[in-house]
Amino acid sequence: MSVLFSISIVVVLLPLVFIVGFLVIQGASSLNWDFLTRRPAPVGEVGGGMGNAIVGSFLVILLAMIVGVPLGILGGIFLGEFPSSRLSQITRFAADVLNGTPSIVMGVFAYSVIVMPMHRFSALAGGFALGIIMIPIMLRTTDEMLQLVPTAIREASLALGVPYWKTVVKVVLSTAKSGLITGVLLAVARISGETAPLLFTAFNNAFWTASLTQPISTLTVQIYTYAISPYDDWHRQAWAGALLLLLLVFGINILVRAVTRGRDETNY
Amino acid sequence: MKQIIEPVISQAEEKRVVQHIAGTKTMGPDISPNRNEGIFVEQLSAYFGKNRVLKDVTMHIPKHCVTALIGPSGCGKTTFLRTINRMHELSKDARVEGTVLVDGVNIYAPNIDPVQVRRRIGMVFQKPNPFPTMSIFENVVAGLRLNGRYSRRELMEIAERTLRQAALWDEVSDKLHRSGASLSGGQQQRLCIARALAVNPEVILMDEPASALDPISTAKIEELIFELRNQYTIVIVTHNMQQAARVSDYTAFFYLGELIEFDRTKQIFISPSKKQTEDYITGRFG
Repeated sequence: MSVLFSISIVVVLLPLVFIVGFLVIQGASSLNWDFLTRRPAPVGEVGGGMGNAIVGSFLVILLAMIVGVPLGILGGIFLGEFPSSRLSQITRFAADVLNGTPSIVMGVFAYSVIVMPMHRFSALAGGFALGIIMIPIMLRTTDEMLQLVPTAIREASLALGVPYWKTVVKVVLSTAKSGLITGVLLAVARISGETAPLLFTAFNNAFWTASLTQPISTLTVQIYTYAISPYDDWHRQAWAGALLLLLLVFGINILVRAVTRGRDETNY
Repeated sequence: MKQIIEPVISQAEEKRVVQHIAGTKTMGPDISPNRNEGIFVEQLSAYFGKNRVLKDVTMHIPKHCVTALIGPSGCGKTTFLRTINRMHELSKDARVEGTVLVDGVNIYAPNIDPVQVRRRIGMVFQKPNPFPTMSIFENVVAGLRLNGRYSRRELMEIAERTLRQAALWDEVSDKLHRSGASLSGGQQQRLCIARALAVNPEVILMDEPASALDPISTAKIEELIFELRNQYTIVIVTHNMQQAARVSDYTAFFYLGELIEFDRTKQIFISPSKKQTEDYITGRFG
């Protein structure tokens, strides 16, 4: 039996080892200073980089957080504090359905409510699409984190004559703080790899831009564009971009570990 | 006297009980009480949904005394305690009928804010529940900080005073910034008592405050109750009859949601007037 377990573990780990190894082999050589700081070179010229796409990705993720984090956390507080109300049960179900919805559908949604009325692709639309993906994730993590806060802690605060809303904001939320930060980071890690919803919202842009109402380049879309191109140099850059993306998600996960370790020590 | 006490109290303890009871104040339930002093409970019933867990309890808890609530599990003593600071109604489908006068004010009157009630009536829970993300200092002054503005110096003074009252100052004075969760169970419970004292309540409710603690910590908590009884009205739920006998001036015996007997502790333990009370304290059931 234990042999079976060991084999399963190896089968699970193998793809990860292969992916990381392959990305490092293919991408590391192209991951240089130029790649990080230059914008794409015109077709036919060798060189250039994904500097504008890196900035664009951060901008779009920031926009997504502005949309997704407050809404997700506020809604999650409602779910966590009134867990058995009818509205909570419906919302929880809806969030689970949304969580399972293909992300391209969110892209279509953002396309129809932002891109169509504005008559142009924009960073705003991209951020909105990713933000919509974040909402149900944040909703459910906040919900679960708040329900983990023991009743005894709430009662301790209420028995001190602290009003209910203050108990939630100052005591319950602060007790669940590290869990909430973890939730935000994991949601960011999840959306930072999204490509499909950005294809027809943020689109792409070969130039530097910080304008929210203009099309913007993002790492994932740039990787996609380069990967399907016929040029070897672009392929190499796509590998480097993929490696960078992996490092980013890896970094976020390490951050999550650091945050959750702090929580374990308080053992409540 | 011996026959009744012997099964539950050892000789050494008995001596302590007798010494303590000798000092008990003479104001009691048998003497016509003043409705404007202490806690005056009238026709109080408490429900969880359709289930009536407290049935028409009427009793007068005297001011600045320790009153113990005893009775078998599920007899309603904890529910009763939680009706006195309006914590009961926070549970799902819970409601209360009747009146509770605290120093003459009906805390169940429609114009009374339960939050204000809880500020005047502190509570210590069965399991120590310090705020896990706060330091020892922050825990003590949490009630003050969450409800108003105080200078750092004021908070420090209050923290030191209440930690001294709770007999914890000497153990924590050099590590006030450490997490409250880093203390031992007994220390955490005294921290919770200090936290309750810091908001300067008139009444302190204790729900089996020592049941999760070892004997030494229990003794410390009991000493503490003894120290505090002249400044606060203390109501303590306990499963431990020796404890009730050691710390309280008055004892109320609850059974199946009803107040069976309420009298001076001496009276209850030496010559209870009801058969059920006698059966319970002699260990025949419960």
